[in-house]
Amino acid sequence: MSTPLERGVDMLKSQVDARVESYFSSCTHCGVCAEACLFYTETDDPRYTPIYKTEPLRKVWQQNFTLWGKLSSSLGLSKPITENDLSDWETLVYDGCSMCSRCTMVCPVGIDIAYLIRKVKEGMAAAGFVPEGLQGASQRALKFGSPMGLTTKGLLTAVGQQKKEHDIDIPVDVVGAEYLLMLSSNEVVLYTEFLTAISKIFSAAGISWTVSSKHFEATNTGVQMGDSVIAAQLLERLLEVASELKIKTVISPECGHAYTTFRWDGPNILGRELPFNVVHIMELLDQLRQDGKLKTTGSFDERLTYHDPCNISRRGGVLEQPRNLLNLVAPNFVEMNDNKEMNWCCGGGGGVSSNERAEPLRLQVFNVKKRQLDELDVTTMVTACSNCRTMLEEGLEENEMDVEVVSITELIADHLA
Amino acid sequence: MFEQLVDGVFWNIALIVFFVGVIWRLITVLVLRSKRIDYSVARNSGVSGAVMANIRGFYPRKEVSARIRLQVIAGYMFHLGLFVLLFFAAPHVKFIAQHITGFTYMTIPYWGFIVASEIAFAGLILLWVHRVLNPVTRLISKRSDHIGTILVFVVMLTGCMALGEASSELRVLHRFSVELLMVYFPFSALMHAFMFIPSRAFTGAFLGRRGVNV
Repeated sequence: MSTPLERGVDMLKSQVDARVESYFSSCTHCGVCAEACLFYTETDDPRYTPIYKTEPLRKVWQQNFTLWGKLSSSLGLSKPITENDLSDWETLVYDGCSMCSRCTMVCPVGIDIAYLIRKVKEGMAAAGFVPEGLQGASQRALKFGSPMGLTTKGLLTAVGQQKKEHDIDIPVDVVGAEYLLMLSSNEVVLYTEFLTAISKIFSAAGISWTVSSKHFEATNTGVQMGDSVIAAQLLERLLEVASELKIKTVISPECGHAYTTFRWDGPNILGRELPFNVVHIMELLDQLRQDGKLKTTGSFDERLTYHDPCNISRRGGVLEQPRNLLNLVAPNFVEMNDNKEMNWCCGGGGGVSSNERAEPLRLQVFNVKKRQLDELDVTTMVTACSNCRTMLEEGLEENEMDVEVVSITELIADHLA
Repeated sequence: MFEQLVDGVFWNIALIVFFVGVIWRLITVLVLRSKRIDYSVARNSGVSGAVMANIRGFYPRKEVSARIRLQVIAGYMFHLGLFVLLFFAAPHVKFIAQHITGFTYMTIPYWGFIVASEIAFAGLILLWVHRVLNPVTRLISKRSDHIGTILVFVVMLTGCMALGEASSELRVLHRFSVELLMVYFPFSALMHAFMFIPSRAFTGAFLGRRGVNV
């Protein structure tokens, strides 16, 4: 029976692949990555240097996969990883990194540090070093189907409310529908306007869609905490309902990590291609615009800007679609100074938002977004991720800033022709 | 005796360790790579992303350029200076012609050597001072980074001392320091000289498939 530490180290060893080998072999420890990380720039604490956060994996690689490392280990010249090391790094990895991957974009030797952090998390999770908040979210996701503990009953209540308050019929469990809309619990509980908006748009566009009462949750806590087993279990639920409903395309809602999980990481976590297409809601709306099925009228004349969710833009490649949509209805849309693939994170990605312990740090690093907004003097900030939306709203409130955060889908729905 | 060893056995050992070591390290990456398949459906070409990332990596992003000015300027000073010295200094061209290519090519004049070496030295020293004084680089630097810097510094210093070819001892000292560097190279952070290519390619391909330009 192995100890948690042994399980963690074994997991880290199993994470070493060609990319890890080339990344650690090419790192010159130049420190450039720190200058792109909001956790470093806003705290000046060198421990938040992105490549430093990968130290447990680097150490395992160095001691087990390099000649000098093996030699040093066998002669007792290098210290093996201890539980204290993992405990120290738990806060760096889970509290001080939103896996935004801005560091990846600036590394002179091209190291994808977010990729390495993801692997460090696998080791942390295997050794049991995961923040309570994330563990709880993960358990609720497995037990109830959603990290917020929202059940099918909760979804159906929200569907009923849409009918009662807006006379909107949300299709549930429609076999043979072309699109399956996944939702984050945020959108069912907190931002119910999203459900109203998406229903109006789909109805106007005349597309065949449904939600699933059996599995509607788009977020994946397994990915956030770095546990591929849990991540795969949650993904299998999606595959099951998509198969039962004979779905051709799954729609990722306004949720960044749900999109990268479904579209990019999911197939690799499962080790096979998905039997359906995956689109982000921004991609679908922009496609409807191009097909002439999304027509708008009037405009939102306030000065507004767009916050690129990291997982949708930098890690997802959905860069122009939100801008195309904004240009339909927002004549006073202005870009932040750093945008698209070089945007600054909201601070709550990578599971940080589910980690209550990280809240003070998260609100501190929001300063970078505050500075961006101060430069623009906007009244409204639009985004395409409900998690970003919550983080932005909390940051704005903390800083007593009078800026409203709006979802693009809702903005478009408000201007449907 | 020592001169004979440096010009003979030591040189041959250094060459073998260097080439076998570097090739072995690169093969490790390629062999590990073959096990990996990306099951997601690509939006754009990964190959194009890999190529673009390798080109793009040579200049800093404007969003961070002001914050990394020293590293960029000193980095280019050192690497360009070293490149010019390594491939265009007259003694090196002569050596390469005698032992590798069989023909000579353009060399830099004496003053060019002095300028290139001063630029390379300044760059290397600036980078090392930054490494030691900056809280971030001080924290993340490894012993290998410092050993690599010292070895390169010694190689450059002995090279300058041997430039006039006034003394055989200085030439032997330079060549011996090069041999030490060559033996250390494949097992150290100096491997970034080769590994940056697959590293950039992996990330470029990964993000390129997603439609993101590094």
